[in-house]
Amino acid sequence: MIRTIGKRFLLLIPTLFGLSILLFLWVRALPGGPAVALLGERATPEAVAEINRLYGFDRPLFEQYIVWLGRLLQGDFGTSIQTGRAVTEEFWRRFPATLELSSAALLIAVGVGIPLGYWAARRHGKATDHLTVAASLLGITIPVFFLAFLLKWVFAVQLGWLPSEGRQDPRIDATHYTNFYILDGIITGEWDAAWDAFLHLILPAVALATIPLAIIVRITRASVLEVQNADYVRTGMAKGVSQGTIRGRFILRNALLPVVTTVGLQTGLLISGAVLTETVFAFPGIGSFLARAIFTRDFPVLQGFIIFIAIAYALINLIVDVSYSFIDPRVRVQ
Amino acid sequence: MLHSTRKRLLAGAAAIAVGSLILTACASQREEGGGSEEPSEVDSTFIFGASGDVSSLDPAFASDGESFRVSRQIFEGLVGVEPGTADPAPLLASSWEQSEDGLTYTFTLEEGVTFHDGTPFNAEAVCFNFDRQNNFTGIAQSESLSYYWGKLMRGYADTGTSIYGGCEAVSDTEVTGTLTEPFAGFIPALSLPAFAMQSPTALEEYGADEVGGTSEAPTLSEYATGHPTGTGPFQFESWDPGSTTTLTAYEDYWGEQGVVEEIIFQVIGDTTARRQALESGSIDGYDLVAPADLGALEEAGFTLINRDPFNVLYLGMNQAVPELADERVRQAIAHAIDKEQLISQVLPEGTEVASQFMPDSVIGWNPDVTTYEYDPEAAQALLAEAGFDESNPLTITFNYPVNISRPYMPNPEQIFTNLQSQLEAVGIVLNPVSNEWGEYLDLIQGGSDHGIHLLGWTGDYNDPDNFVGTFFGAPSNEWGFDNAEIFGALTTGRGLATAEEQESAYADANAQIMEFLPGIPLAHPVPTLVFDERVTSYPASPVQDEVYNLVELSE
Repeated sequence: MIRTIGKRFLLLIPTLFGLSILLFLWVRALPGGPAVALLGERATPEAVAEINRLYGFDRPLFEQYIVWLGRLLQGDFGTSIQTGRAVTEEFWRRFPATLELSSAALLIAVGVGIPLGYWAARRHGKATDHLTVAASLLGITIPVFFLAFLLKWVFAVQLGWLPSEGRQDPRIDATHYTNFYILDGIITGEWDAAWDAFLHLILPAVALATIPLAIIVRITRASVLEVQNADYVRTGMAKGVSQGTIRGRFILRNALLPVVTTVGLQTGLLISGAVLTETVFAFPGIGSFLARAIFTRDFPVLQGFIIFIAIAYALINLIVDVSYSFIDPRVRVQ
Repeated sequence: MLHSTRKRLLAGAAAIAVGSLILTACASQREEGGGSEEPSEVDSTFIFGASGDVSSLDPAFASDGESFRVSRQIFEGLVGVEPGTADPAPLLASSWEQSEDGLTYTFTLEEGVTFHDGTPFNAEAVCFNFDRQNNFTGIAQSESLSYYWGKLMRGYADTGTSIYGGCEAVSDTEVTGTLTEPFAGFIPALSLPAFAMQSPTALEEYGADEVGGTSEAPTLSEYATGHPTGTGPFQFESWDPGSTTTLTAYEDYWGEQGVVEEIIFQVIGDTTARRQALESGSIDGYDLVAPADLGALEEAGFTLINRDPFNVLYLGMNQAVPELADERVRQAIAHAIDKEQLISQVLPEGTEVASQFMPDSVIGWNPDVTTYEYDPEAAQALLAEAGFDESNPLTITFNYPVNISRPYMPNPEQIFTNLQSQLEAVGIVLNPVSNEWGEYLDLIQGGSDHGIHLLGWTGDYNDPDNFVGTFFGAPSNEWGFDNAEIFGALTTGRGLATAEEQESAYADANAQIMEFLPGIPLAHPVPTLVFDERVTSYPASPVQDEVYNLVELSE
């Protein structure tokens, strides 16, 4: 088991190396450089040259890459052009926000998606099943930013039930230790701060959860449908195994295998999905910062953040594979 | 089993619901508790939706609007502006005098002013600030940091080009500043936040000049990220990068304090998100309202406030393109454009027609410059004279930016479409080329591969050099011409000592420019701010010198 994990870990190295080259080339291929974005419409050519010299953008691409990679291996991700602070500092400052948001979205997607998919499968062919399938199709196809604006318009602007942006009402003077706002509120006993952070999380989390939720519903439903017609289920029923055992151990457990893989993949995608959601909800996580970095051509931030996200994605996949082998012992044997 | 699971689920849901209710009750009790003592009291927290984050809290190392917006609350300069105009007015200096040779300025300072850390504001503090900027070295000199000092003083102590001669504290309340060359824009330039007075104690304590680490990775100082200390009505409280900047009223402020006790600048990058934030009541107002949103917001009862336009939108013509080097072609394009139509169809209400490359409030604006009335027939005749007709039409590239909104150009795509139809109506064949903003600026200013293009500028302070000087002061890729007469006139103008001398020099320069017609000034679009109804007064300023102690709130 440990050897398998170790092997998978080693495989990460060439993967990330390849990614770093592609990423570096992509970032440099973006039209318009950081100097112009930074200096504005009346920048003199000399000033632009000065900025490029300052950040080393005037050197050959190969040299830039080697310098960047060398620093990266020493844990130095460079400095954000926009804010003048270390990229790692910017990342860790914002990461709790994104993690809080994607965890909430994942919770919604899994917590609602699996029961709903299961429920739809049990009602196979009935109107409620058709409705669920149709709704999940809509969930997959609706553009996230459109849904986000719609949710805000209904629940924040028209009904005024929920806040429309940010992580917390800026009027609240909350103490932050971990930068996970809800957790911080609970630790310090500032219940209104925790509650406010929770309210701020609802709309963006729902928007972000929509696509993974819809996918999980569909996969669960299909998987349950397949498993419940399997021979061993029928055999079990014929032998008089209790309904509960059949549903839980026979159907759900086996049906969950493909769902786990899907959940893993969707978890990775949540972070990239956060770019749009965070921008629409002015949610100060890594997503909205990344969106701004693309706009301002903040090369060090783009390169650093995407490498971080890639590592996170790779680790999530690793965890999925490991958990897979726990659910299905056959994988372990192979 | 299923039943018991269901029961448990229901019980859990009920518990969450009850818990939520209790929490909501606590929250609302708290709110009521705060307001019940004096029910008529206004909510003194003013929340402004900023489109971007502050880049530096040290105004000497900033040049962008979002940083300046925050700086203006914390800091004050020797010179401010007359409310609602771009004209210089006393602020920390109650008066000043200029010597006969125009090189020495003597400022009389306000008394009893203190910085937020208790340091007294006096002549020594003034000299400390001026000397500090002139002595910037290394990375601190780069344009992305001390842009304005470098531009206006033309260098630093160690570059040998600075026109700053020195500063001397005559007494506690009297200070003289000397220039080595005349510079009429000096006093108006002092109204820029970049030249605001900062506490010498705090600047030293928090290593304000320690920018940069290495040349490859410039970083901000501790001062610029967490300890800005000025004399303004608000003091720094906290900065949560990417999210909020919070300021609170400074109790010992020497001027009028006003009703706002706390300012929160909340960063909301997306235009639609800003509008929704206002509509949902989570912010009190925001800047640069999209022209498409104006009508709906007004109808919904929000207060729209226009700034007097202190900008110019123009159609540039690159003379590196042979056709555009022909004066008749440039005149033809000018006659083909109906500015009134452009304004009424795609620019915000209140926008004025531009006759030259600066608004009429700037020194040296000339009412008698050559104008090119809308006259499609004259345009066609001029084109024919230059050798272009239906069988051989004038074909040019039209560059414009996309996905960007500037105060002088709220909607470039619409402006382009409008002009395109006007130009095509006189038989000009256009090759439209659009680019994202960064790429666009690179294209227009970094090389000669462009034809006619849309661009503009918002002035920083009342000085003609800040408009025509930046456009036509020297040969550039943007315009692609070499006109020694115009370059010379503008260089002379920049070195004049007084506003009176500038007046006639720039009036002449403007006449020359409009005769030569390097581009077509189109309009001075009105930038609009929008506020919640509870904001009953907002000190709109053409140069965005808006300090929130003058904001009035009703509830």
